[in-house]
Amino acid sequence: MKSVLRITVNGRAREDAVAANALLLDYLRDGLGLTGTKQGCDGGECGACTVLVDGRPRLACCTLAHSVADGTVETIEGLAHNGRLSRLQRAFHEHLGTQCGYCTPGMIMAAEGLLRTEPRPDRDTIRTALAGNLCRCTGYVKILDSVEAAVQAGEEAA
Amino acid sequence: MPVMPDFELLRPDSAEAAVALHASRPASRYLAGGTDLLPNLRRGLADTATVIDLGGIAELAGIRVDADRVHIGAGTTLAALAAHPGIAAELPALAQAALAVAGPTHRESATLGGNLCLDTRCRYYNQSTPWREANHYCMKLEGDVCRVAPKSKRCYAAFSGDVAPALLALDAEVDIVGTNGRRTLALAEFYHDDGMRWLALDRGELLAAVRVPLAPGWSSGYEKLRIRGAIDFPLSGVAVALARDGERLAGLRIACTGVSSRPERIEGLDALVGQPLDDAALAQLEKLVLRGIQAMETTTASVPYRRKATPILARRLVTRLWTEAA
Repeated sequence: MKSVLRITVNGRAREDAVAANALLLDYLRDGLGLTGTKQGCDGGECGACTVLVDGRPRLACCTLAHSVADGTVETIEGLAHNGRLSRLQRAFHEHLGTQCGYCTPGMIMAAEGLLRTEPRPDRDTIRTALAGNLCRCTGYVKILDSVEAAVQAGEEAA
Repeated sequence: MPVMPDFELLRPDSAEAAVALHASRPASRYLAGGTDLLPNLRRGLADTATVIDLGGIAELAGIRVDADRVHIGAGTTLAALAAHPGIAAELPALAQAALAVAGPTHRESATLGGNLCLDTRCRYYNQSTPWREANHYCMKLEGDVCRVAPKSKRCYAAFSGDVAPALLALDAEVDIVGTNGRRTLALAEFYHDDGMRWLALDRGELLAAVRVPLAPGWSSGYEKLRIRGAIDFPLSGVAVALARDGERLAGLRIACTGVSSRPERIEGLDALVGQPLDDAALAQLEKLVLRGIQAMETTTASVPYRRKATPILARRLVTRLWTEAA
């Protein structure tokens, strides 16, 4: 049964008819076509579906869309502005943080959530913040390097 | 993975309204953070016609530190619990246990109440439907034999929440809301040693809050054994609360998780109180922990390993807290 969901996705206020049993992941991917958010394990074990809900990183596969009604959701598609990559996106690109790319949106959104509350995390803090995100290429070193590079870029810009 | 079953979704704004909705719909389930229930619904491990989302109930959220106790709403997220300065300072076992659950993204959704009511787990139960079907199911769901203990009349699925042993060691109690009003239970009374009926909740009852007494002079901690440093459920977890008076032990409570169908408070520790914590006392402590747990083949880590590791985990944690209290 569908009912109206009021929600802000990537800065745009929306009202959509959404099924009661729709996961936030299904709503984003199938309802809005925002397929940057990946469906990995589908059971909260891999972190590929990580999005920001009210600024905090959450698993879209373990969240009903209606449970975040009236909230704010940000996905990987919301990070670039006017074709300009975000600090984290640029760092992942330049420091080879992306291999097959499947875990990358989740990694970047989890890192984005961290940097908003802690703009200058050390490597251990980054590791802890990304502990729920798996990379099936096992490219963890480059991923941590990328987040560190984004932190440094932020410090230089400040 | 199979698709999510159809259900009606309700979002009440009070605990009483939630309980009334549950009573009016025979097949309904409460939903908190969703990290346990939603994957289980999709895997066919749970079924329901109605989901009652507790996320809109203000009463269930929040932490209040009073002079002699801490009151924590059951809807408080594990992330909020772990980050609360008062909890970290006064009840370190609770903060450490909250931080030990799953990964950081889970903890932003998962709640205290959800972790306390976590479904019991077993290698024969937490599997896909085709896997379970090929294995002719098990007693916990759709079958009639416990695959872990085939001659047993009961299910041995293991309780695997991290927070419950910490709260047992800290002597917490829980507030429960039902259609007949509210009641309070010691957390130790909240669990049964049965993988299928592990919660002392009557039908439709809702866990609303946890209250933890503040005990000056006591220290506490939680240690967890797992294969990876994150995401994994405990192979074994040990929480300790300890009070030291000079060279003598003034109080000791230990509780374990992952090694029984309920979080297990270790009995007989009073014999050690009033004594120095010497090698003989630590050996006795290890014996009592081993006697108090019932590790079964519910995980991929072997039973002998978990039987050996759990008492050692307890011994190390007790020794650390004892030394720090000097």
